[in-house]
Formats: sequence, structure tokens, C-alpha cells
Amino acid sequence: MGTVVLDRDDMRRTLVRIAHEIAEKNPDGAVALVGIHRRGAVLARRLQALTSELLEPAVPLGDLDISFYRDDYSIRPSAPVVLATHLEFPVDHRTIVIVDDVLYTGRTVRAAIDEVFDYGRPARVQLAVLVDRGHRELPIRPDYVGKNIPTSQEERVYVCVDEIDGEDEVKIESDLSPTQPPPTPRLA
Amino acid sequence: MSRIGPHLLSIDDLDRASIERILDRAESFDEVSGREIKKVPALRGRTIVNLFYESSTRTSSSFELAAKRLSADVVSIRSQGSSVDKGESLKDTVQTLSAYDPAAIVIRSPYAGAAGLVARWTPAAVINAGDGKHEHPTQALLDVFTLRRRLGALDGTNIWIVGDLLHSRVARSDILAFTRMGATVTVCGPPTLIPREIEALGCRAATTLERLGEADVVYVLRMQQERMRDSFVPSLREYAARYQITPERLLPGQLLMHPGPVNRGVELSGEAIDSPQALIGAQVRAGVAVRMAVLYELLVGSTSLAAVA
Repeated sequence: MGTVVLDRDDMRRTLVRIAHEIAEKNPDGAVALVGIHRRGAVLARRLQALTSELLEPAVPLGDLDISFYRDDYSIRPSAPVVLATHLEFPVDHRTIVIVDDVLYTGRTVRAAIDEVFDYGRPARVQLAVLVDRGHRELPIRPDYVGKNIPTSQEERVYVCVDEIDGEDEVKIESDLSPTQPPPTPRLA
Repeated sequence: MSRIGPHLLSIDDLDRASIERILDRAESFDEVSGREIKKVPALRGRTIVNLFYESSTRTSSSFELAAKRLSADVVSIRSQGSSVDKGESLKDTVQTLSAYDPAAIVIRSPYAGAAGLVARWTPAAVINAGDGKHEHPTQALLDVFTLRRRLGALDGTNIWIVGDLLHSRVARSDILAFTRMGATVTVCGPPTLIPREIEALGCRAATTLERLGEADVVYVLRMQQERMRDSFVPSLREYAARYQITPERLLPGQLLMHPGPVNRGVELSGEAIDSPQALIGAQVRAGVAVRMAVLYELLVGSTSLAAVA
């Protein structure tokens, strides 16, 4: 079911490349990684381990639960799992790299930027995504992209990670077959 | 998934999973209160009316702050100085305020059942912030929140609720919430201040502090002198001699709670209030986060659930 576009090795290589790009663009090291729940937070944790080999001192890590900042809470079911935001370092004067799994409309990223600014005034905000699938509805553009995957709006992109799904891969499924609902619906 | 809403009139409206969901949500709102900007846009553009027909400091201020930290617009009305003074009935007041299309009405009233009536007169979500001797569900939720933080879980704990059970809406809500979360509850006080058949709520009753040692948590209620028209106890001195919680009557490790405001030297001695065993300050601090969670789950959680149902 579905087409695998990134397998486990591809994902690892892609994250290593993004980590190098982050280190290259932020030689002063005043950078922090902030992942968007849930899979963005997992990817941010992996990127933190990779960038910390390249930058001194180790890069701080945070995660964001953007539920309270969404623009679609009245039409979207609230998540079954209640999560919280953790930003336990000062964001002032720092480059904040927001990390998410799939970049689609840009609305999630808009909410994440709003939330980061409630913690202080970062020097710069950058965006790292594993997959950019297009169809932006806001003027938002990623600084680091794992893979550009042109999709139609009927297709769905699934990013699976070991920590949550028990496997590392990215696949695309066409949403046209209602007989086989996917196990973990992703509205990315 | 368990349903929360449309109103919160009683702890009976919530099953254990709903209580846990509200408390989990309160944990994430507690984080918001530690930020530089203590505000999230979750209820932006919605109106919340606080209607208080009875004096209150912490409940009204924490509901107001909770609504503001969710970016809602808040109208707070106290009976003193409002058209209630001019003789307007509760029903007319509620219908007038409903014309502003509020998302929620928070009501505190000296009459049991008032919140339930309001819920029939308005399309808004109604939150009971204390109705006479009936219930005070958000107080019970913040008590469970405080205890869960301290103990991890309430399962298997022994909780004694001591004092004026007869006039206490906090006690009714707490008995329901504590037992629902797996605790064993014993109520204790002078026989005149324990309602008959209180065991029907799922607790045991005692009239002396003799076995207080078995408690993990001692929850002390306020002597509600403003509600006592008859003499239920010979004197407050007599009451204090038999039921006041002092450091001497507490074992080390027992936790002490009180919903406030405290009558120092009546139900609690000054030393007990200030002892490290007391969680009274933590209860007050929990108020804002728990009330944010209740507002959020009623106004955001339920619409979302209705949308998928």
C-alpha cells in the first residue's frame, strides 16, 4: 500500500545533510531546535544529536504543542493525546529552527512561529522539514528541506518514525481507496 | 474518547477519563503561566461572562485570569452594584447577558441548583462556580490536580474530609471526585454538621478524630459561619477543641489541604497552615491552570468532538 519515497537509509542520510546545513548556516552556534509535536519533535531530537557533533556548545532542544494556536480548532478534532510545550532555554537573541515532518499549507508553521514569539524575541526563525509537499496557503518557505515531493491534494504523505510508528519511512498514498483506511491518519 | 460538556454543573458530569483529560490539559496550561507572555490565542474573540451572586476572591479572580490567559473577552458581574440590586430575577439577568452571545457563563450563587437552571435558559456553556450547598466542581478538580501532582495518583489513598460537611459544596464535589479517582474517603465532624445518608456519596462517616492516623491526606473544611442560622455547635471554642487540626494531631507525612478562606484558629491552627505539610498555596496556584483547562475543554474540545461525531 502506498509508494515509499524515503526508506530508513534515505531518512538517515537526509537528516545528516540537514544537520550539516544547519551548522553551516549558523557558525556562531547561537541556535536552538524546536520540534512540532509529535513527529516534528522526534525529528528535532535526532537533529539535535547530529548537530551537537558539529557545533559547540550542544544545541538546546525544545518542543511545541501548537493546539492553542491553531486557526481551525472549530473544524478539526482535538488530538486524543494531550501534549505540552517545553522551551526551557531563553529564545532571545537566538536562531530558532522550527522542525516539522511535512510542510503543506504552512498553517501549522504560522501557529508555531506565533507560539515561539510568546517566549521572547528570537534573533531569527528558520524552518526545517523532512518533506515539502507543496500547496502552500501562506507566504512561508523552508530553509532546510529533506525532499521536495510534488503531490496532489488527494494524496496523503505519511512520515513514520521508529519512536512512534516502529519504522522509519516516508510514503505517499492516494486517498481514493476508502476501503483501506491508513492506520495512523496524518493531516499534515 | 470520553465526552466533556456541554456544561460543567457537577462532578457527576465527568467520568474518570474526562477528569484525567482536564488535568492533563491543566498541566500544559500550567506551563503557559510560566512564560514571559502568559497568554495563548485559543479563545480569541469569544466572550465569557462571570456572574457572581456571592462573595468570592479566589474563584472569581482565577476564572477571570483563566479566561484572559486564553484571550477571551471577559465580563465580570457581581450582584452588588448590578441590576440584581434593582430586583432583576436570575432568569432575566441571564437572558439579558445571553444577548451578548457569550461562549460560556460562569455562575456562583447562594442557591443550590442555580447553575442547572441557568443552563436551561442560555445557549452558552454553563460552569458551576459554586451553587449553595450543592457543588463546586472546579474546586474539586484543582484539589485532584494538586494531589495528583504530589502523589502521582489517588488510587488507594485514604482521604479524610474534616469539618462542616453540612454546608459544604466543596465536600460534595470532592467526595465524588476523590472516589472517582480511586481514593477512599472518610468524612469527619460533629454529628450536627454531617448530613444524614452522606454515605450514599460513597464515603464513610466518623464523628471523632480518633482514627485520623489512617489518613494520607487531611482535607479541612471552613466553618461556614455565614450559612449557620442555628447553633450547630455549642461554640467555636468547643469545636476547635475537638476538631481543630493542629500539628500535634497530624502525623509526619500526612498532607493537609483546605479550600480557603481559612478561619485561623478555628478549623486549622496557625502553625498547621504554615507547616510544610500544607498544600494550601499549591491549591490556589492550581486554580488558574485548571480553570483554563475546563474552559478550553468545554469550548474547544467539545465543538471538535461534535464535529467528528
